[in-house]
Amino acid sequence: MEKKADYKKSKKRLDDRKMDELRPLKIKVGVIPNAEGSAYLEWGQNKVYAAVYGPREALPKHTANSLKAVVKVEYRMTAFSVPERKRPGPNRRDQEISKVLSEALAEAVFVEQFPNTEIGVYVEVVDSNAGSRVACLAAASCALADAGIPMKDMVAATGVGKAYGELVLDLNKDEEDAPDAVDIPIAILPNSEEIVLLQMDGLLTKKEWEGVVRLGIKGCKQVYEVQKKALQEKFVLGEAKTKDLEEKVKGAKE
Amino acid sequence: MRSAVLENDIQRVIELARKGERVDGRKADEMRPLKVEIGFAENAEGSAKVTLGETVVLAGLKVEVGTPYPDSQDEGSISVGAEALPLAHAEYESGRPSAYEVEVSRVIDRGLRESKAIDFKELCIKEGEAVWVAYLDIYALNGQGNLFDAGSIAALVTFQNSKMPKIDKENKIVKGEYSGSIKLKRLPLLTTFVKVGGKIFTDPSYMEEKAAEARFSVATTDDDYMSAMQKGHGGSFTVDEVNYMIEEGFKNTEKIRKQLKKDKLL
Repeated sequence: MEKKADYKKSKKRLDDRKMDELRPLKIKVGVIPNAEGSAYLEWGQNKVYAAVYGPREALPKHTANSLKAVVKVEYRMTAFSVPERKRPGPNRRDQEISKVLSEALAEAVFVEQFPNTEIGVYVEVVDSNAGSRVACLAAASCALADAGIPMKDMVAATGVGKAYGELVLDLNKDEEDAPDAVDIPIAILPNSEEIVLLQMDGLLTKKEWEGVVRLGIKGCKQVYEVQKKALQEKFVLGEAKTKDLEEKVKGAKE
Repeated sequence: MRSAVLENDIQRVIELARKGERVDGRKADEMRPLKVEIGFAENAEGSAKVTLGETVVLAGLKVEVGTPYPDSQDEGSISVGAEALPLAHAEYESGRPSAYEVEVSRVIDRGLRESKAIDFKELCIKEGEAVWVAYLDIYALNGQGNLFDAGSIAALVTFQNSKMPKIDKENKIVKGEYSGSIKLKRLPLLTTFVKVGGKIFTDPSYMEEKAAEARFSVATTDDDYMSAMQKGHGGSFTVDEVNYMIEEGFKNTEKIRKQLKKDKLL
């Protein structure tokens, strides 16, 4: 449903955020015991899980690459994660998102270290409100780090764009439905600022683009800080949390 | 299909079972610890996360306005789906639903449907024109055995804590407004057993499922009915064994309902 708003006048957004403010973002790493690495991420109403399996034998065999690992992302939404029930099975949107997320993550992973293997990255949206693909990418990047997959950097992502006359960071559904809405999912390797994912829907001038890309990179760096914090909560500065280990040693002594 | 099980591990489960022991130290009739949370999915008309030992499943309800079937003009319908997401286990694969996923969803569906817990006539909006179609979708998030019981608990709790959308004069859903819920007339739940090394174990773990000779599920209600049974996984049971499992099923689901009622989820 289209809401009436003029951000140039109101100076704040429909949900009271500032133009350059992200929705509340929380990440927890190591949530799916079966997986090599995993993460749960809440970003506004978006709730997503990511799990990593591998490096493992690439199946079917013809997908294997003798020079590098294949990073295979599968982006899916649960049937109940959207206002109108989503039919089971991947649609064209799921397939496209899976492809661009795979390509973004492959840029961060040292894929040449694991020839002939597949790194399976499964992301599942369980609740959504605009921006689920960047939420999944941020979660997937944490899950890869949690799995101990060697990477040159994290992949930090956000939505950015334009709504109701202003450039805004992290559009929600009401803003995506604005008459002048421009939606740009963007992801970077935060340390080099290389862009590894970029899509756009809508009409934008060159001048607006210059503003929007600055805003997007700024947003990605905020996401990066939350990603680092989530990983540090599980891995204290380079070493695994030793509490579990200590308890095991204690148990063995007794 | 990738196999994540070592033959040695299976042999160990069987050897222990012959002595009446379980790998995780449980008693033969002991269910794993159960934790249930509701309401994580705001876009759903109901949702529940069930943790049964290390098995974790999510369930969510979506309802749509549909047209009734020709042979039941005054009845709505429900549909139950179950997916073992590749996220949840190295062995699970994406693609077409596996026979296992279809079996899990159908057994959970039958337990609910055949108990007459849901009055399909109450899901009628206007006879011959508009009825509610309720979709209950279950997803494994971490697969460590017995998706049947975890899924059945998730389904029951989701329905019992659901909210129904309001509809306007043209029978269209009014977004963001709700009135009432799908109320269950009785409370059916599944209990699943496996036979390993000649012994019968309640609530099998992943390894016990792998080592199983035979599997059996029974749906039992709070008012002493059985509403569905399913023998699966090859092998066989004696009548005495089936009778034992039915008895245990009633005891086990009574315990679960007690816990869920204590937590105000039923």
